[in-house]
Amino acid sequence: MRDIQAQAITDTVKRLCIEANYYLPQDVLDALRQARQREEAPRAQKVLDTILQNAQIAAEKQLALCQDTGTTVVFMEVGQDVHIAGGRLADAVNEGVRQGYTGGFLRKSVATQPFSARKNTGDNTPAVIHTDVVPGERLKITVLPKGGGCENMSRMVILRPGEGRKGITDFVLRTVEESGGNPCPPVIVGVGVGGTSEYCMYLAKRALLRKVGEHNPDPETAAFEAELLEQVNALGLGPQAWGGRTTALAVNVETHPTHITSLPVGINLQCHSARLKSAEL
Amino acid sequence: MKRITTPLTDKVLESLEVGDEVLITGVIYTGRDAAHRRFVEALDRGEQLPVDLRGQILYYVGPTPPRPGMVIGSAGPTTSYRMDPFTPRMYEAGVKATIGKGGRSQAVKEALKKYKGVYFGAIGGAGALLSQTIKKADVVAYEDLGPEAVRRLEVVDFPVIVVNDVRGNDLLEQGKAQWRRTAPA
Repeated sequence: MRDIQAQAITDTVKRLCIEANYYLPQDVLDALRQARQREEAPRAQKVLDTILQNAQIAAEKQLALCQDTGTTVVFMEVGQDVHIAGGRLADAVNEGVRQGYTGGFLRKSVATQPFSARKNTGDNTPAVIHTDVVPGERLKITVLPKGGGCENMSRMVILRPGEGRKGITDFVLRTVEESGGNPCPPVIVGVGVGGTSEYCMYLAKRALLRKVGEHNPDPETAAFEAELLEQVNALGLGPQAWGGRTTALAVNVETHPTHITSLPVGINLQCHSARLKSAEL
Repeated sequence: MKRITTPLTDKVLESLEVGDEVLITGVIYTGRDAAHRRFVEALDRGEQLPVDLRGQILYYVGPTPPRPGMVIGSAGPTTSYRMDPFTPRMYEAGVKATIGKGGRSQAVKEALKKYKGVYFGAIGGAGALLSQTIKKADVVAYEDLGPEAVRRLEVVDFPVIVVNDVRGNDLLEQGKAQWRRTAPA
């Protein structure tokens, strides 16, 4: 059994919120640069240049990459031999979000009473927290600030099992095409296949935690990802959907066994400002 | 590259073609979901808008808070379709251009032709870069809305592209038609 202080969790979450919103991950920067090299459409080339320039300005000036600093989605892998001392885990995380969004000059974008008053909570809490209990005595925290523009383009369907690969492909292409410029392409497409209705959406979000260019370890799924990426980029939407070859930087598919009657498919899009930051305690 | 200054005249609006890159200098006003609801409620009651938007540009943005000594934080466009239900009324009330990201509804495109307006796209996710062109920012209405309050921005060479022009052309349709490599699903 190992003690981890709630205060250390708060401090870490605070730092991750700020750093995630100021600095684009290296793999995303690399993927954008490679896309810029491959891109043929002149307007799309300019958009990609601007996105890269934006990342440089944000880092230099300690300014949020995007004004939508998102809903704070926090993924945690909690070792089963960890004991959280000095407070509740969720409280520690939310205190970190509060301090990070206030101290880091990030936008507070969370509203209570979603179908009526829609009152801003003023500190971006509560975070959306996913906790996985894993072997060991470490705690891994990942902060994914998720913008509304791309989150609003999420879709879920339960296909008939016989629709298989083709059904999934059509659903992915339709979702990306219909979303147009709304999710800020080039996007990362998270796809969750299998499980149940809520679990496929969770998998779709978790698929966004991968580094760009990292494939599913299962060779069949990895080949499916490559095929989907090719087809998404053949849509011609391009950056901002103003035309071009770069509609997506990656398609990440996560799977889970499912019921014999079902083929659940969840899609969660991530914008090109694919902010993500992890730390381990 | 075309340079325009606000307020906008019909002559300027007619000169703008879909796909044109444009640098805006002058005053632009911000407004997004909650402010649009209030704008339209005010118009429904036959009241004046809290700011005179005739001939003006409305920018869909909710910026991050500025650091001390800065004018504004990150300030890129939000997705425009959420404002679509309110937008024809805004053009009817005299707004001449809007700035956002993503496409517009058919009703908005019709309003652009009817009232001679344009829709500009700014690059979504480039809020840090765009903020550098904003020289002054003041809340002028609905302060209680926080990031969604209406602000008066003074900008110099704010970069946009013409997504929908006064003639009904649409950059998203044109771009896709030019670059698609497969038959539509």
